[in-house]
Amino acid sequence: MSSTVHPALAMRRRLPNAWDLAGLLCVFGLIMAFAHAAPGTIQPLDSPQALVVDLDPRNLPEYALRTTMRMFAALAASLLFTFTFATWAAKSRRAGIVLIPILDVLQSVPILGFLSFTTVFFMSLFPGRVLGLELAAIFAIFTSQAWNMAFSFYQSLITTPNDLAEATQSFRLTGWQRFWRLDVPFAMPGLVWNTMLSMSGGWFFVVASEAITLGDKTWTLPGIGSYVAAALDKRDLGAVFWAILAMLIVILLYDQLMFRPLVAWSGKFRFEMTASAAGEDPWLLKLLRRTQVLRTAGEAFADVVGVVATWRLGRPPGQRAGATRAPSRFGDAVFYAVVTLAAIAAAWEVVAYIAGNNVGWGDLGEAVALGAITLLRVVVLIALASLLWVPIGVWIGLRPNWARRIQVVAQFLAAFPANLLFPIFVVVIVRYHLNADIWLTPLMILGTQWYILFNVVAGASAFPGDLREVAENFRIGGLLWWRKVILPGIFPYFVTGAITASGGSWNAAIVSEVASWGTDKLSAHGLGAYIAHATDAGDFPRIVLGVVVMSAYVLCFNRAFWRPLYAIATRRVTLG
Amino acid sequence: MDSVTATTVEAPLLEVRACRQSYHKDASADLLVLDGVNVSIASGEIVGLLGRSGSGKSTLLRIVAGLLTPTAGEVLWRGAPVSGPTLGVAMVFQSFALFPWLTVQENVELGLEAQGVARAKRDELSETALDLIGLGGYASAYPKELSGGMRQRVGLARALVVHPDLLLMDEPFSALDVLTAETLRTDLIDLWSEGKLPIKSILMVTHNIEEAVLMCDRILVFSSNPGRVANELRVPFPHPRNRHDAAFRQFVDDIYAIMTRRAPAPPKTSAAAAPAVDVTFATPLQPVSTNLLAGLIETLAAPPYSGKADLPALAAALQLEADELLPMGEALQMLGFGVLAEGDLHLTDSGRDFANADTDTRKTLFASALRAHVPLVAAIRRTLDERWNHRAAAVRFRDELEDHMSPKYAEDTLRTVIAWGRYAELYTYDEEAAQFSLEDIEVPA
Repeated sequence: MSSTVHPALAMRRRLPNAWDLAGLLCVFGLIMAFAHAAPGTIQPLDSPQALVVDLDPRNLPEYALRTTMRMFAALAASLLFTFTFATWAAKSRRAGIVLIPILDVLQSVPILGFLSFTTVFFMSLFPGRVLGLELAAIFAIFTSQAWNMAFSFYQSLITTPNDLAEATQSFRLTGWQRFWRLDVPFAMPGLVWNTMLSMSGGWFFVVASEAITLGDKTWTLPGIGSYVAAALDKRDLGAVFWAILAMLIVILLYDQLMFRPLVAWSGKFRFEMTASAAGEDPWLLKLLRRTQVLRTAGEAFADVVGVVATWRLGRPPGQRAGATRAPSRFGDAVFYAVVTLAAIAAAWEVVAYIAGNNVGWGDLGEAVALGAITLLRVVVLIALASLLWVPIGVWIGLRPNWARRIQVVAQFLAAFPANLLFPIFVVVIVRYHLNADIWLTPLMILGTQWYILFNVVAGASAFPGDLREVAENFRIGGLLWWRKVILPGIFPYFVTGAITASGGSWNAAIVSEVASWGTDKLSAHGLGAYIAHATDAGDFPRIVLGVVVMSAYVLCFNRAFWRPLYAIATRRVTLG
Repeated sequence: MDSVTATTVEAPLLEVRACRQSYHKDASADLLVLDGVNVSIASGEIVGLLGRSGSGKSTLLRIVAGLLTPTAGEVLWRGAPVSGPTLGVAMVFQSFALFPWLTVQENVELGLEAQGVARAKRDELSETALDLIGLGGYASAYPKELSGGMRQRVGLARALVVHPDLLLMDEPFSALDVLTAETLRTDLIDLWSEGKLPIKSILMVTHNIEEAVLMCDRILVFSSNPGRVANELRVPFPHPRNRHDAAFRQFVDDIYAIMTRRAPAPPKTSAAAAPAVDVTFATPLQPVSTNLLAGLIETLAAPPYSGKADLPALAAALQLEADELLPMGEALQMLGFGVLAEGDLHLTDSGRDFANADTDTRKTLFASALRAHVPLVAAIRRTLDERWNHRAAAVRFRDELEDHMSPKYAEDTLRTVIAWGRYAELYTYDEEAAQFSLEDIEVPA
């Protein structure tokens, strides 16, 4: 099924190396640079109180539209980033050495944590204007979408089939022509799938980034996210429900109008020569394909794309010398020297920033300890979610009729921004005086557990029929069946889902470990809450510290746990 | 097509001079893939590059196509040095290399698009090419809707549509079933003989001896390690050729004889006396399964062969191509179970013993043959015996092999000794740890 393109993160080599360190330092250096610039720009800004959010539900369509526009603006930026960054990394050996670890680190940085810097930064670009705020929100969404799309594209670029590459070369296609004729089409299924995941993730961030509080200032951008924030402030549960309804409709629309057709259409680019039994076309694609007018319009569009794709930009490629000529050692030496210097400069920036802001070892220790608590939460939640969803997913997956329907629902639920649902939990916690440390925890996995479900469903549906028959033939049942038959069979799918779920949970920690309902503030102990509090206080050094520590946790967790697991999963389960 | 006036002496279309291709490894030992290769292709001929897999013939084709730069030597296209894919050369790929997301017509027009040919002209040219190659009516189909034979026709049309002077074909029919391949070959030769193809010459790579004799005017037989042109044969038969013609059969037989002859210096003594010549630690081994070897030995021992078989006949009976049969024969020869000579495969006495033995005895025979004739296996076993824990990492042997051969060969060789050693119960191999060990192996005290 199309729902199991594996996350790019898992496919790469396992052990961290010096390049990861260099990447880590560069990214953190950049964050520090942002942070340096940010506090200075905070004063001259007027709080644009013109941006008031009205809780009248009749405004919701407009708000929903504005939120959606932000999403698509960010998506366009992400695509641009994907096409340039990933291409550069794939086509240049030297660039790849540095860019890929950087991407890997960026992927692990909790974006919500540095929302505060970027907001201030963008507002300083356009002082006193809404545009800065808009750009900040768009940038926040961009940072939640771009990395896995770029990774997926990079993966495709380095795995393009050799014979097709030779064909483009021997027929003298230019670089530009090859890009549109070979590279992009080959990457399309993975790219569309990752774009869909990115969009799902993006809703979460758009909601979080529309109402930003930094120190004593609050900025709001009209949209569903700020609508909910205002509703929380005014303890208006009805408004929260209206917002949830509006969101449901928006997601249903973009899912039906955009991604269902897009995913089905991208099946055409699947690199397989066997005609597979494709599922039924989604209604919109059917409409496009069968309605004459629309069809003609679609073909005209394709023609334009075709013309652009065949522009003879660049020169036809020369010979491939890679196999015969050793790379230039001098060039390498210069390149490594530059990278090393950049890494040292970045390291200096990090040390100087932390040292210059009275952040001591005590603060670091605190952040690490809180990180451990959050780690514990993530682990426990993934375990619980797995216990719940794996049996259900297997049950569903082995029943094809159910599987098809549930699959759609689960993907839909994964796209729904779970933070819209937080208020309901918060109300319950406040009403019954529950322990915030325990009961805020489930929020972290509210939106991401569905990845486990739909990957397990996909795995179980793909489980070979003959192996099931063997199990029945030898009357394998009960625990033995789970242990020896189905669990190993779905393992790679499960790991794929769990990786996505775990990554999302870390990010969600920042918004889910603290919650408020009017004047009632709930807070759990954890690194997410630490970052959230530092943000509220406008305490930049501690935001940086929190973000850095959380990134380190995510990186180490991925490298030490998920990747080895993924490696085992792919090696054991494939035959030959 | 014959634009050359009577007065000019026709210069070769393509010339490859003193071509040498080495595989670069850590700036240390260069591993030769091709050495001292000279090829010249004139207008109006079909030239075949025939050789075993790994003899560098596909590499040579890619050098001619301008896809690879040779380490040394030069490639001249109409007298001018080649430095990249040339306009007058088009290639047909073994795997078809069709773009699954483009329709048949779009695939065919790819090369025209790259040249910036206008839409109307492209339509016209592609339609002509599709009709010529028997694909009229398929223009809007996607490659995955077509059978293998139809797909390769698309590959052919795509190459022909740019009207190349030289058509390169890299084992164009080897991915097709026997019948389909035959139809395609005859169709192509018919078009060629009738002068309907918009090309001047064809250079094709093949490992199928009959195919080469059926299609080519000239055959260059390659030897392996490094690839050299061992023989050049002119095929004297006019088209259309008959496979069952006695002269044709004899020609095929002769090529088998050439290919089973040891390349640089044919052994002077009777081959039967000296089986397994010059197998060293670093001799690349081709992965041939022990089941196949046992099956071949049994077949040879039984009637009608009774110990001796003519290779073309054997290949036909077993439905194997020369490229598949020869490595098996060589493996038998290396292990001392058989002898390859002058196009025949004989069974030796130990081969007969093997054929008559039961499973356990066979394993013992195979084990002693391995230890006697395959130094790498002997070395692995010796290392394991010496180690206190009887384990040894595979990477160490791989590294040693890679000093002498390409990583691909090293990988194949290692896989072969793993499979053979497992069958012979000389050692076991732990795939996850990538270690050889003596676990569960009965070690004689």
